[in-house]
Amino acid sequence: MRPLDTAYMWDLVPIILGYVPLTLGMAIAAMAAALILAALLAIVRVLRVPVADGAVAVFISFFRGTPLLVQLFLFYYGLPQLFPALTSIDGITAAVIGLTLHFSAYMAESIRGAILGVDRSQWEAAQSIGMTQGQVLRRIVLPQASRVAAPTLMNYFIDLIKSTSLAFTLGVTEMMGAAQKEAAGSFLYLEAFLVVAVIYWIMVEALSVGQRWMERRLGKAVAR
Amino acid sequence: MTCEIDIAGLTKRFVTNTVLDGIDLCLKPGERVAIIGPSGTGKSTLLRCLNWLDRPDAGRIAIGDLSVDAAHASRAEILALRRRTGFVFQNYALFANKTARQNISEGLTTVRGWSAARAAQRADEILTQIGLADRGDSYPAALSGGQQQRVGIGRAMALEADLLLFDEPTSALDPEWVGEVLDLIRSIADGRQTILIVTHEMQFAREIADRIVFMDGGRIVEQGTPSQIFGDPQDERTRAFLRRVG
Ligand SMILES: Nc1ncnc2c1ncn2[C@@H]1O[C@H](COP(=O)(O)OP(=O)(O)OP(=O)(O)O)[C@@H](O)[C@H]1O
Ligand SMILES: [Mg+2]
Repeated sequence: MRPLDTAYMWDLVPIILGYVPLTLGMAIAAMAAALILAALLAIVRVLRVPVADGAVAVFISFFRGTPLLVQLFLFYYGLPQLFPALTSIDGITAAVIGLTLHFSAYMAESIRGAILGVDRSQWEAAQSIGMTQGQVLRRIVLPQASRVAAPTLMNYFIDLIKSTSLAFTLGVTEMMGAAQKEAAGSFLYLEAFLVVAVIYWIMVEALSVGQRWMERRLGKAVAR
Repeated sequence: MTCEIDIAGLTKRFVTNTVLDGIDLCLKPGERVAIIGPSGTGKSTLLRCLNWLDRPDAGRIAIGDLSVDAAHASRAEILALRRRTGFVFQNYALFANKTARQNISEGLTTVRGWSAARAAQRADEILTQIGLADRGDSYPAALSGGQQQRVGIGRAMALEADLLLFDEPTSALDPEWVGEVLDLIRSIADGRQTILIVTHEMQFAREIADRIVFMDGGRIVEQGTPSQIFGDPQDERTRAFLRRVG
């Protein structure tokens, strides 16, 4: 056993940290898009919109039923063979789109569950005063459902941050890719990947603290 | 005098179970009508159909110049009908994500298109009227049952509907809160608001109603003034029911 080269690790930290904005940027972009898409998918399912409901069910089933890595490869390497226009897409965009589709499928299911969990009397009361279905959803049901779904969605966001490391397999130099490149020169793989692991860990822990704080605040708003 | 609210042949089935079997009912402007009858008779279903929370299968509901044919109601007609009927729920059903004030102003902003400021001001007037001027910022979870139901009534009042529907507004309340809610309904009734109320509070029905409607088996069996129905019921089913509850 050799000792860890801690000096090398300290040198690596600022280099890897330099890629944190890219990682967070991809994660936030994918999360924002996935939230919107997931809400739309969930609404289609809850309202049982004819035709679209079936299509959404297949979409969700596919993106939950196949590995993210396979989806990314299919999207980045496979689809351009079918549609040459997609060849020009860069790895970052492809990763963000792939992560969006993948996570929207999961998030749609939890949002749908949360919507269905809102008491039927809330729908009835809102409809009784003459609100349209869209108004009921926007003003009454979704705000209550999002409160219920927030912790789960936050967990997906954490999962999403970690999953951005797969963009490395599409040739994107993010935190993981940078560590790989550094280690390829120094052969200090253990040190390089340890630094990446610890930085991910700290980011996720920081988010978890934020998550608990948010849950306490949301809890307070209801029971005043 | 002509009917302000004219219900004709209203029919509702749940699968094969006919819950409303051709209800005809006419309410004159400002009339206060109480519906009584055994459990499972269709009283709630009648009120819910008038607000289109349940979809009637046949019949006609006319309110003022709006006339809706149940079998061919358009989405616009359903919304119009809902805007002309206010519903007070047995279990209050306040919007859990809104304060008392927002519960009352919500319909004014979202449905009637009022500005937020105007709606909030009107909500504050109503809060004063229902005796909750100091609880406008409270969420439903922080209100007592009686306070919640008063906000529920305030929410229905805000729409200035032609017809207010009350479905057993005090049945879910602890006894200590019943009085304040009945007092509020009484004051609304005194304001000549057209009211249709389902209640098990016979004394209250006798006191505020111009007319009592006795329902059984999805039909109106008998109706008349409180003294007619309570003092001299004609149908054996009415007599049996009143013996049981009285
Ligand atoms: N959503 C529904 N699906 C199927 N059956 C229903 C539904 N709602 C009501 N019913 C049935 O319709 C009948 C009338 O119900 P309703 O609630 O109108 O009675 P009610 O007169 O209000 O009774 P109560 O005094 O107990 O409130 C009952 O037999 C009930 O089981
Ligand atoms: Mg009932």
